[in-house]
Amino acid sequence: MTDLYHAQRAMRNMRRAALERGVVAVLDIGTSKIACLILRFDPPDADTPDDGFGILAGQAQFRVVGAATTRSRGVRFGEVDAMVETERAIRTVVRSAQKAASVRADHVIATFSGARPRSYGLAGEWEVQSPAVTDQDIARVLAACDMPDLGQGREVLHAHPVNFALDGRTGLADPHGQIGRHLAVDTHLMTVDASAVECLLHCLRRCDLEVAGLASSAYLSGLAALVEDEQEMGAACIDMGGGTTGISIFLKKHLIHADSVRLGGEHISNDISKGLELPLATAERIKTFHGGVQATGMDDREMIEIGADSGDWDKDRRRISRTELIGIMRPRVEEILEDVRAQLDAAGFDHLPGQQIVLTGGASQIPGLDGLAARILGQRVRLGRPMRVQGLPQATTGAAFAAAVGLCLFAARPQDEWWDFETPMPAYPARSLRRAARWLRQNW
Amino acid sequence: MQPLIARRDATSAMVSAQIPPHGPFGAFDPTAQAQNKAVPRDPAPSRWSYRLHRLWLTPAFRGFVRLGMPALIVAGAIGLWLADADRRASIVGLWTQVDSAFRSRPEFMVQLMSVEGASPVLADSIRRALDLNLPTSSFEIDLAAARVVVEAFDAVEGADLRILPGGILQVDVTERQPAVLWRDGPETLWMLDGTGHRIARVTARGLRADLPLIAGPGAQTNVFEAIALFAAAEPIAARVRGLVRIGARRWDLVLDRDQRILLPAEDPVRALEAMLALHTAQGLLDRDLRSIDLRLPGRTGVQLAPSASDRLRTISQSSSRGTSL
Repeated sequence: MTDLYHAQRAMRNMRRAALERGVVAVLDIGTSKIACLILRFDPPDADTPDDGFGILAGQAQFRVVGAATTRSRGVRFGEVDAMVETERAIRTVVRSAQKAASVRADHVIATFSGARPRSYGLAGEWEVQSPAVTDQDIARVLAACDMPDLGQGREVLHAHPVNFALDGRTGLADPHGQIGRHLAVDTHLMTVDASAVECLLHCLRRCDLEVAGLASSAYLSGLAALVEDEQEMGAACIDMGGGTTGISIFLKKHLIHADSVRLGGEHISNDISKGLELPLATAERIKTFHGGVQATGMDDREMIEIGADSGDWDKDRRRISRTELIGIMRPRVEEILEDVRAQLDAAGFDHLPGQQIVLTGGASQIPGLDGLAARILGQRVRLGRPMRVQGLPQATTGAAFAAAVGLCLFAARPQDEWWDFETPMPAYPARSLRRAARWLRQNW
Repeated sequence: MQPLIARRDATSAMVSAQIPPHGPFGAFDPTAQAQNKAVPRDPAPSRWSYRLHRLWLTPAFRGFVRLGMPALIVAGAIGLWLADADRRASIVGLWTQVDSAFRSRPEFMVQLMSVEGASPVLADSIRRALDLNLPTSSFEIDLAAARVVVEAFDAVEGADLRILPGGILQVDVTERQPAVLWRDGPETLWMLDGTGHRIARVTARGLRADLPLIAGPGAQTNVFEAIALFAAAEPIAARVRGLVRIGARRWDLVLDRDQRILLPAEDPVRALEAMLALHTAQGLLDRDLRSIDLRLPGRTGVQLAPSASDRLRTISQSSSRGTSL
């Protein structure tokens, strides 16, 4: 636990150093594509008053100066599968983005979708000693959270304090300086497989990049694709990626649950490839250009040239109707959405005040998906695209880049996590001794 | 795999900034396939090319390569080339050759010197003093130094040197005008200008009989006053022999017949004019006087010549005898 705590603190410090230097690369390592955006942070403007958020909700302070995308290699289910291949893909995309930005990026903030995220809700309580709540009290109440058994080889990726309660007043965003005795906290803890994270970090290190942060892509897609009201009232973001489908549930602008279904757009392509005996690339192309999930009366007459270069004339001149294609795609999409429904039900999504479901990610662009999703997930479904950030090229504003855009927002304004608070003093006698020594030095 | 994008039009469907050469579209088109043969299948940069690219994007390294290294190379090459002493000597020789060729162009040559405003003797000595072996290049002539040389002459009040087009060195000299002669000793006579500056020696008084004579220690520093006195003594100019400075303080006006007028230190011109008025009225100076003492204002003293005083004594004795008779 303390190892990870220190690792995350180190990343946070690295992120601060990167912001001071002004250039950060964000890297979305997906199953089907790897995207890299290079952000340039401007020094805070002295003219604009600092109200804690800044103009444009804190997005005006950075600008995307370079963007690049490449086909992902060696990644399956959002996890590194063939490390050398992944490393090459990362090198390709980082180099292209650096070339576009003509600036060197040393620090990178990465996201990935796999590694089997699991959510825990923790609760902690603490009797406040001083009249008002101090940093120390917040740190202690966070330390007082009962730690569940995470299981073998699991690591904490996110630990957000979601809700503070002080003497029966609940829903406090920041109890700092408030008067009360009994402080309670609800924390959302998200764990992932340690080995997957280790592999990813190793890949990034081999590309001479310093990791300044790690985040789950489900969380970031929610940050980018949900509008503020939805985050406040309660909404779920379904990030339909290539290899996995991430689920994140937001309430009161906090992530309260994250999960993933290990199915995605590549499985649909696989189905097409197997069902029609096509190369995978062809299947992908047909899915992209002609795919759909809603049957219409036109479909039987819409014949799709498959094309191949096998040399066999009959095979090369094959045509299929769109009905066949929909017949292959729809069951798989339904399966994904059913799994998502099951996850949402297990998480208790139907108890939330808001029931909005937002579909985003590359696979959410299948025509007719919103209709199918409405039938399975409920009526309040919409397709979401990431919000605009400054300097983002038009080519990277699609739903497939929700996680990358969310990563930009995360880099600019990360939420306070567990490790951003000082560790409580009594737990670390050496630290308190050091403090005593510092006090002596300062005062004598 | 490419991201799944469900758009119908092929142009806007691809959003990848970096399309791999052997993408899903390439597999369909036989011509594209043929083109792809030449392109390497793997778009990934090698580790070293990736690192070199990052190094190239490092601002310090970039600056060094763009500015520092060329400068170092050029400086090193020049330094190596100049390491040979013969090369350095040949460069210096070449430079001096080019330099002298330029200086000795006919446009810059000074052919002759003309001295104007000076007497022939002075002009000759100026020529000798400047000692220019003409023709010479105008770059070689230091006009400021030459002017100092010319102005060092006693007889020269000011000089103006310029090189005129056509290769003429023009020296305009303003000569000092002699105002008085100054006897500086038993044998030495100097011509002085109005400010008391020496102009030239004169061997005999008779050579410049037109100039008034002054003498005595410190006389040369008060030439202006002496000139004013000579001007005031105009009515008796024929009798004036000269002015003698007494005790570096005041003047004596010496007339012929060994007469002296002792002038006061303060305001001598006024005293002289008053005395001359007396002379006009009573013919004072025509009498047999040794000196007239004007040093005390309001009390003019008169010293008789010895013969006159003898006569005065005999006259007074005879008259007293006569009265006693």
